[in-house]
Amino acid sequence: MRELKRQRIMAIVIMELKKLYREPALLFMLLLFPAVMTVSFGLAFGAIGAGETRYNIGIVNFDSGTYPQASQYFIGNLTDTGLFNQPLMYTSNATADNDLIQGKIDAIIIIPSNFGESWKSFRDYPTNQSAWINTTIALKVDSASIFAISAIPPVVQRALLMTLLGESAISTPLPIQIANPSLISATQFTQFDYMAPGLFVFAGIFLIMTVAQSFTGDREGGILKRINTTPTSSSEFITSNVLSNMIVAIIQVIVVFAIMFLLGYHPLGGSIGIVMAFLLMIIFSLCSVGLGLIIASVAKSGGTATGLAFLFILPQIFFATFVPIGDLGTVIGRFLPAYYVTDVLTSLFLRGAPITSSNILMDFSILITISIILLILGIIIFKKYGNK
Amino acid sequence: MISNSIKNESNGPYAIEIKNLKKIYNGDVKALDGVSFNVKKGECFGFIGPNGAGKTTTINILCGLIKPTEGSGRIEGLDVDKNEKKVKELIGVCPQDPAVLKFLNAKENINFFGNLHLLEKKKLKQRTRELLEQFDLLDVSKRKVKGYSGGMIRRLNLIIALINDPNIIFLDEPTVGMDALARRATWNFLADLKTHAKTIFLTTHYLEELEKLSDRVGIIDYGKLIELGTPQELMRKYDVSNLEDVFIKITGRRIKEEA
Repeated sequence: MRELKRQRIMAIVIMELKKLYREPALLFMLLLFPAVMTVSFGLAFGAIGAGETRYNIGIVNFDSGTYPQASQYFIGNLTDTGLFNQPLMYTSNATADNDLIQGKIDAIIIIPSNFGESWKSFRDYPTNQSAWINTTIALKVDSASIFAISAIPPVVQRALLMTLLGESAISTPLPIQIANPSLISATQFTQFDYMAPGLFVFAGIFLIMTVAQSFTGDREGGILKRINTTPTSSSEFITSNVLSNMIVAIIQVIVVFAIMFLLGYHPLGGSIGIVMAFLLMIIFSLCSVGLGLIIASVAKSGGTATGLAFLFILPQIFFATFVPIGDLGTVIGRFLPAYYVTDVLTSLFLRGAPITSSNILMDFSILITISIILLILGIIIFKKYGNK
Repeated sequence: MISNSIKNESNGPYAIEIKNLKKIYNGDVKALDGVSFNVKKGECFGFIGPNGAGKTTTINILCGLIKPTEGSGRIEGLDVDKNEKKVKELIGVCPQDPAVLKFLNAKENINFFGNLHLLEKKKLKQRTRELLEQFDLLDVSKRKVKGYSGGMIRRLNLIIALINDPNIIFLDEPTVGMDALARRATWNFLADLKTHAKTIFLTTHYLEELEKLSDRVGIIDYGKLIELGTPQELMRKYDVSNLEDVFIKITGRRIKEEA
């Protein structure tokens, strides 16, 4: 590789950063958009605004056996979770379904007629499965609410365990202990806390578009050609662009963190977690530069570059940020670099996992590998097709 | 005002040597079809031809922007293909379509390209001021280029090509879009450059000015060099009184064919 000249690299980095703050569209996309987004999400889902969201649930209680207290325990335990407002009681499925369809309630829990008998059989013979009377609670959740879908089922499950095991569900000595008590504190998080790791990715993901637009614009305006008439090497040019985008990524993380903290965000993981967030986003910016270069190589105009960028942005938003996804979505997500950023930040900020945990190290290694591959691929493709 | 900061690499008489240059696009479009000629050091060489004749392709090859399909170009004895970086230190290029950064002001634009040429800070500052004064942009040098008129952008485009005080200057239609005053100033400046032993490779459609300024003229059409000589030689040969008539006489058939 030819010797890189600091003077040239500095000149291009400064030019790119000036472009950022003097071009309103770029400034909005890279800094104002993440700021507005973080404020909006923070106020809507965080501790300052809506706080912990409570859901409205409807209960259809068909339990008419000899142990009606079982369903009353269950309903009491559901209320005690703190996630639900006082449940609305229904006498028929049809009425409850109608309210669910109209959005009046977020979920319906249908308690079967033999619930009390089932509960009693377990209480009498906790270790003898053949003596149990098995039954099923039906749970219907508002499919239009991604938050209800992810939040309600596990809480209902926990209320059921409390009903069956009583206090012993959380106090019975167990041979296996959870080493880190902070894991239990997850119940105090707001929705915003769950979304926060994805918000970092959300902020950084639009670098793909701005990098693609920038390269396409420079090519359209003859700037790339003109730079090519100077002794500037392609290594110097690419290094400068990578550096300037790393700086942008750092600024984005600062903006997002600052707003999050102002809105009362308290992630687990301490200062190491914060440093890790910066590191992850810097590495993630390499992916964005790589993808931006690939797009700029194909796109003939700024408009096309914007459109093509969304092909890379949307899957990452849907499969790799805070949008709840099914099994297939998780499989797809594993092919996307953003997935690994979100996964590491989730482990750090929500689970308080140490950075040396195998999951984090694995995710980190995969992210670095993908980033380097995408960057090299981008450079090769752009050199061959993009700079013409 | 104009100095020779970069020493000539070659002791030979030619600043530019072109041998059998061919460029074929997309397998069958012949942009250049075996062009050969030399430009002497300190010469002002006018390179003219109809639109699409191959002028810009020739410049692009000599600047190392594109590779020829066949043949070679040499700048001060250096093969462009093999010594791209060294060649780029010796040349200045003023593209046909102004390539300036519109979100920067004139000073910042000049500084940016000066830094790409690794000019020393002090020298860059001095040269920037000289050129801004010369092209009457000093007063507006801190205003963003976005607000400039077309003529001002053209002048800045030319300044950027000169910032590294190059030995050889490629000017592709440098005065298009300039008003009469700015155009006159530019031609005067180019005449001044000539007196400082700079080699100028110039394409333009302003043939009257070219006739006065150029030492020799090459006429290209359909990718082939069809005439080469001093303006006087060409006028004598075609028995006309000016370069424009020479041009029309030689290339006029093309317009007829296309009509």
